[in-house]
Amino acid sequence: MSEMNPNQGSPARQQAAQTVESLQRRRFIGAAGAAAGLAIAPGVMLIEVAHGRPEEQAASSAVRWGMLVDATKCGTGCNDCVTACSTENGWTPVAESAHPKQAPQWIRKLELQDPLTQMETNLPMMCQHCAEPPCVDVCPTGASFKRADGIVLVNRHTCIGCRYCMMACPYKARSLVHEQLNDTQKPDVPRGIGCVESCTFCVQKVDRGDGTTACVEACTASGHNALVFGDMNDPESEISRKLREIPTKQVRADLNLNLGVRYHGI
Amino acid sequence: MASITFREVEGSSLKYWLLFGGLGLFVLFGALSWNYMHHYGHVVTGMDNQIVWGLPHVFAVFLIVAASGALNVASIASVFNKPMYKPLAPLSAILAIALMLGGLLVLVLDLGRSDRLIVAMTHFNFKSMFTWNVFLYSGFFALVGIYLWTMLDRTVKSYSKAAGTAAFIWRLLLTTGTGSLFGFLIARELYGTAMLAPMFIIMSFAYGLAVYLMVLAAAYSWTGRALGDTVMQRLRYLLVIFVAAVLYFVVTYHMTNLYFTKLHAVEAFILRDGGIFTTLFWFGQILAGCVIPLVILLTGLGRQRSWIMIACALVILGGILQMYVTIIGAQAYPLDLFPGLNEKSSFFDGVVHSYMPSVPELFLGLGGVAVALLVTTFAVKVLRLLPESLDDATVAKLEH
Amino acid sequence: MASLMQRASRAAFLAAAIVWAGLLPAQGGAPKPVIEKAVKGQQCVEDTEYMRKNHMKVLNHHRDKTVIEGIRTKKHSLKECINCHASEKTGSVAKSKDDFCVSCHTYAAVKIDCFECHSTKPQGPMTMHPLNADTAHYKHKLAAGAKKPVSVDDMAKVAQ
Repeated sequence: MSEMNPNQGSPARQQAAQTVESLQRRRFIGAAGAAAGLAIAPGVMLIEVAHGRPEEQAASSAVRWGMLVDATKCGTGCNDCVTACSTENGWTPVAESAHPKQAPQWIRKLELQDPLTQMETNLPMMCQHCAEPPCVDVCPTGASFKRADGIVLVNRHTCIGCRYCMMACPYKARSLVHEQLNDTQKPDVPRGIGCVESCTFCVQKVDRGDGTTACVEACTASGHNALVFGDMNDPESEISRKLREIPTKQVRADLNLNLGVRYHGI
Repeated sequence: MASITFREVEGSSLKYWLLFGGLGLFVLFGALSWNYMHHYGHVVTGMDNQIVWGLPHVFAVFLIVAASGALNVASIASVFNKPMYKPLAPLSAILAIALMLGGLLVLVLDLGRSDRLIVAMTHFNFKSMFTWNVFLYSGFFALVGIYLWTMLDRTVKSYSKAAGTAAFIWRLLLTTGTGSLFGFLIARELYGTAMLAPMFIIMSFAYGLAVYLMVLAAAYSWTGRALGDTVMQRLRYLLVIFVAAVLYFVVTYHMTNLYFTKLHAVEAFILRDGGIFTTLFWFGQILAGCVIPLVILLTGLGRQRSWIMIACALVILGGILQMYVTIIGAQAYPLDLFPGLNEKSSFFDGVVHSYMPSVPELFLGLGGVAVALLVTTFAVKVLRLLPESLDDATVAKLEH
Repeated sequence: MASLMQRASRAAFLAAAIVWAGLLPAQGGAPKPVIEKAVKGQQCVEDTEYMRKNHMKVLNHHRDKTVIEGIRTKKHSLKECINCHASEKTGSVAKSKDDFCVSCHTYAAVKIDCFECHSTKPQGPMTMHPLNADTAHYKHKLAAGAKKPVSVDDMAKVAQ
């Protein structure tokens, strides 16, 4: 693998594995990491290293979390990913909101139609976790930021609610919390009035070592299997293998933002 | 060169206190509106996740742009050495500070977390145009304040030109920054162009001068001081040049966009199909804000002071509507995630967004205007900003 | 920088509140804070005295580590504070006026901003949990675990 990806392949991985090992926090992971350093390591074990990051270890730029959306498998009328996101992250589904235009939507199903050919496509749209995020560029306080592992987040401790990031986002991925949440938040997902929010790639799950997101789990459970989540820097991960095999596109690729979400079938 | 006597307005008449109280009432309404919006959140406004910047931003950006423009009269005096403008300069400087204060208040009180202003003052991201504006606004207060000091205090009078020049350069940078708030956005078709920076500068010239002229005429009329036609006619032709230049920039901007096929749809939205935005653009921004004032100012009507006032009021109205079209119109047009395809979703993709400003938003904006005027009203009472007389004879002496 | 200023202003507020309370003992002053004993666990992750004075520093430090770097160690996390200190009655640390966080903060007149965004309730059931492998290292602190109600003098010490 290292021959194919000299910049992002095994050496970095090996180093990460060694760090893990030296910390001697989790024997299994240490062993898996050492094994991963050897050639032709089983993908599962590699993923274990990335996912099973010890809790005292910071998110690493050796990892880049990403998502593959296969629009050809995405079910028309299926809303399972949206429901799962709302349940996991504690935002009220728009249908239940008293103020639908002001209700936050972290993920939404987008229905597309070519006016000429009548070809229809549908897909989930959410924060694209750009490598060059415009929301991070414009944020006056630095509250909007990209974590080392590529996840774009809002630090609600420094967000002043200016909404400049919402003006800057080409994907309409961000929402302002317009009203009091009255302690309805999930303990793992703080969110609050006057701050901007968006998809976090279920960062609480990622940090827990789940290695997946609520929407992906729901999509798999529904049998559509349209979503794959994983480390795009790891050549052996499922997402990397699929991205090598099938043609994918980035939405508004003309903006050259290097997105963390890639679409097939658009 | 004859010297000019500056004197405070007496400010003890019933009329003065009525004005003061009336403006104070609007400041109070503004404060109550903020309290209401802050308590319940933006849910009580017309803003939503589609139109994220609403009427408060229209007022705030207008006031900030007008603020830097209001300083122009002073700049003409000290930077370009026109003696006739010298007695007009102190009012110009105080108006610039007052308008800036009003605009900034509206801007920060509309924040989702306006209680966290201290965060905006202590955490900076220097890639953000907003951050740069924080410094540009603070610097503006400082430089114009110093400039005003050099005009009012004889002991530092020799620094007046240097201070005036610094303030002039700073105000050009400031309006470049304000225009670039929009110019540095890639997401929306109507933004993301360097045109916005110079266009905002020329707009600031026009709006600022219109505000200045109205405040000047009102101050002299209400205090019974003499204001000769020489001053008014000179400023009248200056306004003509600025308004014509605004029109030129607006036409160039839209003509450029119309040449690019990818921008045809959004231009069609603003110029033809945008409903309220199209109406506001043609009848508000273009007709009321540019064409009618030009007709008034360039014909015999412009010799009458009341018609000059009408022209100024129209320029201001047109300016506010221009901000409405620029800020809200650009957001009303949906983001084009998949060019060439029709889009539909629960998040209002692919549909034109509607916006109905709420009462608190309007009063928050008007509160900013009231703050600006209240500061000015108070300043002319406590500082020697206005010449005792600006009649033609006094002004004529200056030029010889 | 902001957190420094916040800290300074909080300390100033707290000090002012204490002085105020100290000056008015005859009138009874504000009702004294009710410090509910933690439901779960026997000993805080740091000394009680240290936490009374410095919990905000500890939390601010940890929040930046968590949000920005993704370090989610339990020891200084707000979530764990809530897990232990949520009231048995309300299941929350900030729902009613006697709940752990609110009680003291009301007394000291320091606004808490945490719960605009954070849930005030723990995840999972409200039962006492014994020390486990993760928390065994707190054992040595149990000896100093004798609790007494907070007096105005105690609060004054905290402010200093």
